[in-house]
Amino acid sequence: MAVPGTPIDAPPPGIARLRRHEWLSVLSRAVRTRRGTVGLSLMALVVAIAVVGPFIAPNSPTEFVTAPFSGPAPGTPLGGDALGRDVLSRVLAGGWLILLMAAAATLFGVGAGAAAGISAAYLRGWADALIMRSVDVVLAFPSLVFALLLVSIIGPKLWLIVLAVGFSHAPQVARVLRSSTLDISERDFVKAVELQGVKPRLIMAREILPSLITPLTVEAGLRLTYSIIIVAGLSFLGFGQPPPAPNWGLMINENRIGLQLNPWGVVVPAALIAVLTIGTNTFSDAVARVALGVGRQAEEITPLEGHVLVAPR
Amino acid sequence: MMVGAAHALRPQPARLVVENLRIVVAGTSTDVVDEVSFTVRAGEVLGLVGESGSGKTTVALALLGYHRRGLAVGGGRVMLDGSDLLAMSAEELQGVRGAMVSYVPQDPGSALNPALPVGLQLGEILGAHQDPGVSRDADRVTEVLAEAQLDATREFLRRYPHQLSGGQQQRVAIAMAFACRPRLIVLDEPTTGLDVTTQRHVLETIRSLCRSYGVAAVYVSHDLAVIGQLAQQVAVMYAGRVVELGPTETIFGAPAHPYTRALLRAVPSPERSEVLEGIEGQAPRPGRRPTGCFFAPRCPDVLPICRESPPPFVPLLAGAHLVRCVRAEEPVTRSVIARTVPASDPPTSLSSGTLEVRDLSARYGPAPVLYEIDLRVGPEQCVAIVGESGSGKTTLARCVVGLHDNWTGNVDFCGEPLACGARRRTKGSLQRIQYVFQNPYTSLNPRKTVGQIIDQPLEHFSHFSPIERERRVVAELEDVSLSSDFLGRYPDQLSGGERQRVALARALVVEPELLVCDEVTSALDVSVQAIIVELLRRLQRERNLAMLFITHNLALVRSIAQTVVVLSAGKVVEQGPVEEVLERPRETYTIRLLEDIPKLAETRTNGGRWR
Ligand code: SF4
Repeated sequence: MAVPGTPIDAPPPGIARLRRHEWLSVLSRAVRTRRGTVGLSLMALVVAIAVVGPFIAPNSPTEFVTAPFSGPAPGTPLGGDALGRDVLSRVLAGGWLILLMAAAATLFGVGAGAAAGISAAYLRGWADALIMRSVDVVLAFPSLVFALLLVSIIGPKLWLIVLAVGFSHAPQVARVLRSSTLDISERDFVKAVELQGVKPRLIMAREILPSLITPLTVEAGLRLTYSIIIVAGLSFLGFGQPPPAPNWGLMINENRIGLQLNPWGVVVPAALIAVLTIGTNTFSDAVARVALGVGRQAEEITPLEGHVLVAPR
Repeated sequence: MMVGAAHALRPQPARLVVENLRIVVAGTSTDVVDEVSFTVRAGEVLGLVGESGSGKTTVALALLGYHRRGLAVGGGRVMLDGSDLLAMSAEELQGVRGAMVSYVPQDPGSALNPALPVGLQLGEILGAHQDPGVSRDADRVTEVLAEAQLDATREFLRRYPHQLSGGQQQRVAIAMAFACRPRLIVLDEPTTGLDVTTQRHVLETIRSLCRSYGVAAVYVSHDLAVIGQLAQQVAVMYAGRVVELGPTETIFGAPAHPYTRALLRAVPSPERSEVLEGIEGQAPRPGRRPTGCFFAPRCPDVLPICRESPPPFVPLLAGAHLVRCVRAEEPVTRSVIARTVPASDPPTSLSSGTLEVRDLSARYGPAPVLYEIDLRVGPEQCVAIVGESGSGKTTLARCVVGLHDNWTGNVDFCGEPLACGARRRTKGSLQRIQYVFQNPYTSLNPRKTVGQIIDQPLEHFSHFSPIERERRVVAELEDVSLSSDFLGRYPDQLSGGERQRVALARALVVEPELLVCDEVTSALDVSVQAIIVELLRRLQRERNLAMLFITHNLALVRSIAQTVVVLSAGKVVEQGPVEEVLERPRETYTIRLLEDIPKLAETRTNGGRWR
């Protein structure tokens, strides 16, 4: 709230554009940083392999074309796997499902977490207590263990894995969004709508959510990284697609006994997963940095927050 | 006193000489501030006045060798006792700041380290800029605090900044600024946010310290009345230029620039009920300034020649009075007689109140803030609630509208009791009472267009078709003097005054019966405040609105309300018709409040040519 008698300068018009499509601008500015460019390129590389791969694989991923663990040869540039299938074809065909599951899990986790966090912060009282205590309970389990627990109870169903991974993210997301919402729900423009007796649900959806786009974007990037790791990890442990299917996580497990005979069967899928997570992590880091910077810049032009001063030269 | 008298007699040497200061947007030739020149003598205070965006803060920062990010010094000199601050290296400047130049910010909290006790901080300051002539021990700290009218008891020195009141914090900040006997002090609206009484004392302290130690001071403010009480010289800034510069008496008594006259007319007076005249429009931003006189688009006296080339800054008769206006030497032609507001009809019948508050007590957590308040707002009547910060006036407003629900007592609206919180009230009563927030910079959702913002309550409360709603939104916009061009704009494309009009339109579009305005002009410039107050007065009359007008500014009350309620520490001190309370206040509290308001009249000397 302003101090009585304090005239407040209007921010320069350049900031206006930036604030309205803040998240778009955050993304585009993140891409333009070095960190962002590197992250996005790494991500794009792996995604391209996973998406285009199935169509350009030279062999069927499940066909036996060579001897088990045979080294690279003209028809099979990365050699054969544990059962004599073409490693290259399996690598090309075995990525899209991991990506899809990770994306779905992220979407679900961020969605559920955001809903919980925003409701907790906005409704306060018992809703807050209930939601946040549940969050604490869920947080007490490491997310991988939690997913494993669910899968081993209900069985390795793909949808279940997606839900379990997503659910394991929700508490973290809820915490982050709760704190952002606490700040926004005290703003006057929210109070103005409350004074009309508008339902809390509508206030959260129409007034508060649009202001949270930036933290949501940052959080989604971070959660995607974790989802990829967990989904691939679960596949490695055998909780994923059942064996004949090509799958990077599964491949690492199947081929690790022949590591000395044909390392490619392990190294390539492992490298792809690594590159992907490094890519998403780097990119979401770039986004987070830009987003923080945006916040700071907005403060700078608000004299209420005090002047940010720069010495000459 | 002796020292002060001596200074007044003998002309002091020039301490600070600013010559053609130019600040540009870094990397461009767009100037933010240009051709700024003035001189301040030792012991003298120069008041730098202007609306927001006039460049006054930019100039003030340049005097410290600072500028905001994205700006750069484009030329000129800031000479302090003969050495140019703008030519110094960063290290040299570091040595100069604090020792020779010091700064008192608007928010005293930002000058103090929240983690250190006050005594320790002062000791550090004194130690950091060691002056061999000055002993630096506990005595010195006590002395410094005493100069700022603070009693340096052990207990006081051990306190942390957050344990002090706003006034005390500001005094500590002032004590710190004066502690090392600087040659120049820059004060950036240090009394905004303080109560009138505290403000008066702080101003007195500043004036006497400058006198006795021969410090040159530059006092930045948008409040002409404050400047009038303190400064010997006034520089009026508009769009990055000094448009009028001269001795305080001349500027207030015989202002020659149309902008200065307009600013003076916009200041509300506690003595007379006047029509306030604001200045429509806003100052052009850097890079979009017109070729001729920058004030031409808003100037009532504009001539075709004004638009041709920028008017020169020329001295008038006496020489010490400089004006940047081609018509400065002409006699004032425009009718400048203040229009007094026709005495408003006495409140019809007090018995049939639209809003009746009885025995209202409110708490914040365990702390009581309001005690047994009784008040009544009749139909079509405007009641002003006046109080200093902490008086509970905002809480009172919030209880009435339902934002604050921790209260007991009765609030009846049109004969029906209102529930505590907004959520428990009927849709009807929510619609009939509308609230306008203090700060238009936070009350509008930055992600919605003006059209969406005004339409939102209409959509919620009415069953009109979208077309009918749009028609009403446009009509409402026009009623608050904005055009339908604004529909698609976002709040951050609007000026403060425009935002507050949008907020008003949002409240009025659902045709309420009672409008609660909480300090709606306090975040705005005086010139804009005048416009908003006039707008409110017109709308109140046209729409037969009952209004509860919350303010800390007693002078404003005169211009808008019929009844005034003076609130102090959660209790009603005095209430009654405005003329009676302001002219014949009975309670000492009200009397003191009235006395402490900075008044233009105290500085006006020869007849008030601008009125
Ligand atoms: S020069 Fe012309 S437009 Fe500018 S202030 Fe003077 S009269 Fe007005």
